[in-house]
Amino acid sequence: MSARLGFIMLVHTALDRAADVVRFVAATGSPVVIHVDASTPPAQREGLLQALAHLPQVRFCKRHRCDWGTWSLVAAMQSASELLLRDFPGVERVYAMSGACLPLRPVAELQAWLDRHPDADFIESVNVADVNWTKGGLNEERFTLWFPVGFKRRKWVFDRLVDAQRLLHVKRDIPDGIVPHMGSQWWCLTRETLEAILKDPMRPVYDRYFRQVWIPDESYFQTLVRLHARRIESRSLTLGKFDHQGKPHVFYDDHLTLLRRSDCFMARKIWRGADRLYQHFLAPREAASDAEPQPSRIDRHFARATEQRVRGRPGLYMASRFPVANRENGKTAEPYSVFQGFTEVFQDFEGWLSAVANCRVHGHLFAPQKAQFAGRERHFAGGLSDSATLRDYNPRAFLTNLLWATRGERQCFQFGPGDTQGRKFDLLWFMATDSNAQISVISGAWAVPLYRSGGDFAQLRREAARLQRIESEMIEILHAPQTRARIRIWTMAEFLENPAEPLHTLFDEIAPHSAARLMRLPDLVDLTGFGSFLQELRNQGMQPVLMGDFPTTPLPPDPSHRMK
Amino acid sequence: MGILTSYRLRLMRRRWKIRARLKGRELQPLAERTGQIGKNAILLFATLRNEKPRLAWFLQYYRALGVEHFLFVDNGSEDGSAEYLAGQPDASVWRAEASYKASRFGMDWMNGLLRRYGHGHWALTVDVDEFFLYPHCDTRPLRALTDWLDDAGLRSFGTLLLDVYPKGPVGDQPCLEGQNPLEIASWFDSGNYTITRNHRFRNLWIQGGPRARGYFADQPRAAPALNKVPLVKWHRSFVYVSSTHMLLPRGLNLTYDTLGGEKASGCLLHAKFLATLSDKVREEMARGQHYAESREYQAYASGIADRTDLWTKWSERFINWRQLEIMGLMSKGNWA
Repeated sequence: MSARLGFIMLVHTALDRAADVVRFVAATGSPVVIHVDASTPPAQREGLLQALAHLPQVRFCKRHRCDWGTWSLVAAMQSASELLLRDFPGVERVYAMSGACLPLRPVAELQAWLDRHPDADFIESVNVADVNWTKGGLNEERFTLWFPVGFKRRKWVFDRLVDAQRLLHVKRDIPDGIVPHMGSQWWCLTRETLEAILKDPMRPVYDRYFRQVWIPDESYFQTLVRLHARRIESRSLTLGKFDHQGKPHVFYDDHLTLLRRSDCFMARKIWRGADRLYQHFLAPREAASDAEPQPSRIDRHFARATEQRVRGRPGLYMASRFPVANRENGKTAEPYSVFQGFTEVFQDFEGWLSAVANCRVHGHLFAPQKAQFAGRERHFAGGLSDSATLRDYNPRAFLTNLLWATRGERQCFQFGPGDTQGRKFDLLWFMATDSNAQISVISGAWAVPLYRSGGDFAQLRREAARLQRIESEMIEILHAPQTRARIRIWTMAEFLENPAEPLHTLFDEIAPHSAARLMRLPDLVDLTGFGSFLQELRNQGMQPVLMGDFPTTPLPPDPSHRMK
Repeated sequence: MGILTSYRLRLMRRRWKIRARLKGRELQPLAERTGQIGKNAILLFATLRNEKPRLAWFLQYYRALGVEHFLFVDNGSEDGSAEYLAGQPDASVWRAEASYKASRFGMDWMNGLLRRYGHGHWALTVDVDEFFLYPHCDTRPLRALTDWLDDAGLRSFGTLLLDVYPKGPVGDQPCLEGQNPLEIASWFDSGNYTITRNHRFRNLWIQGGPRARGYFADQPRAAPALNKVPLVKWHRSFVYVSSTHMLLPRGLNLTYDTLGGEKASGCLLHAKFLATLSDKVREEMARGQHYAESREYQAYASGIADRTDLWTKWSERFINWRQLEIMGLMSKGNWA
């Protein structure tokens, strides 16, 4: 087979793997020019030379000491390209790859595919004004500041130099006629384009300019190709994904299926220990497929990972995710409902709610004695215990844990002024500022159990005053401007005028598609004499206000408990 | 304040380093094979006492992960642990007869060995009842993780210490020598952990799990810490401060994200709740002999005497790392 496709390969570590790849590529007769980093130990380089000595179409070019992000990488590519174009006149296309690249399909398939795209230069080349993937704040400044030192070796000096130049408003002149473009350094160019770039009479000017540009290996060819190419296909034929910090994702043995299905020609970067990948993809194969490369599936796989690293899973607090306030991307995992005062005015509100809505209904989760889990179980999802001491050690974590552990099932629970509030109403603040929370309050309803208990009145009066004080503060929090929960507050008097309507609204939110089941409302508790009880509190010098305007002699409750 | 705190922590670090050097003198080499340690070898450091029944599985587990050399301090074992370890081709063993407590529960010895042999290596510091899990550990060796951490410029890797327990009282199903303890202690709590930040050392302080609800329900503050940083690219200037919960310099404790993202992290499965029954004891028992004097028997008996059953119907049975990752006990982060 006449070798019309040549490769240049940059290697610095894992030379044994690189040698395997070279053997695979050269087996089809394609010439390979290898650039070995000058800082690679001589013994390793010798080993590579020996291993490939029997292959006449493998050459080694002049070596440069490569430092990430600096000109040295461009110099290495130039040297390798020049040697390849000079020694192998039959080569029509040049493919740039690294020692950590792995061909996923036979070279012949790549050659055939390229033949179907004559004259096209495959190089990702994006105008720097439109680039959105650069990390670390350097974008256009890559081309307008001076970068005399490498970042990896002298991070501190690098940063100070950038700061100083920003302070002094340094702005380098970009040589006439070029517009900075950026993209992956793993390109595949035609001989004509590559020669035009390397033999451009202006090359000394461009080279001098790019020597001081930041990461020129991602911009030198990408910019100059715009001057010479006949047709640019702005994409890289090498599959490679970058994470949020601009580092390449690495492929391992468990990516085998993913890589195979991608139909891409080349992947980067491969972990050096990925035995299965090397065995599978470097096994001799016949060219059989003319499929188009489909990198999108792999794109999605890695985009998900980046999303997890950057945004995380909402509502999760764990050993490697502990967001500071307001950076949670969702304080809790799922929507939930908090009811205040409902169990007090309705008979068996919990039972009714769990019967009509498809959700888990707890009692007062934050009751002072113990957490009242649904069914009054001693333990609940995730291994939560009903012990009040454990819960009150970190009530907020108790809530977020519960909601995380029950993802997929809506949680409803009762809350009230008699419950644990955490330090400075920490718990209520947390829920009120959580967009997942639906908080519904019938204010003043705490007085109903007091009235029904019929205990010592002096004590009841003290307790009523305490609960009213707490609930007033709670309502103030719920009225704060920074709340994000769906909050509804009715006074008890207001609510009892027509309980059906608010219940219907709430129910619509909890179980939007099953409103038809809301036929029967829960029964109200017997409130005869409640008005007199409130009057008695007033007579004792207390001022019960939160229940609203409650008549001393109550009206009979709404005759109809049925919905229209 | 900031400078003062840094200075104080620096003094503290120096103090622990000096202690490590002094306490290092208590170590008597029993098997010294540190010459075998290759340039980039992954090392494991552990202190133990009378843990013979657990050792075979422990070694097997970590060899399979890719640990290349083990460095053990044996604190006066009387069950043959030290001799057993000394017979392993890839282990170096030191004996320490001095007090475990006085060496800050072995940490001074560990710091001393880490300083001498850990410099420049990825070092895993664990107890013999802790089993390290990291994302993809069923398909990628430990070297893949450390290479990835190196590439990402990370020096430490955080974990949650996840207590695993059997179903039924601890003493009911003793673990045989060489048996995988996770076959018996295979249950865990999936979501009852509480976290606060320790601003002084910048680590997270995690508590909860079965130990908090089983033994510390009345005093949750005293419940054991479950945050651990067992895997560190060691530098001789580093020290562990308290067990492997935190290190100095404190930047090494920042193994978590505070802006909503998830860093990659793992779990240390903690098979503490397990009665270990060595073959020897089993033999003796079968013969019906009386050996109330024996320490082994006492340890075993105390395991049996503990009738606490940590299992609840909400306990989860351990399957693999993916299960823990879905439950949010560990994270792949961006290591896809």
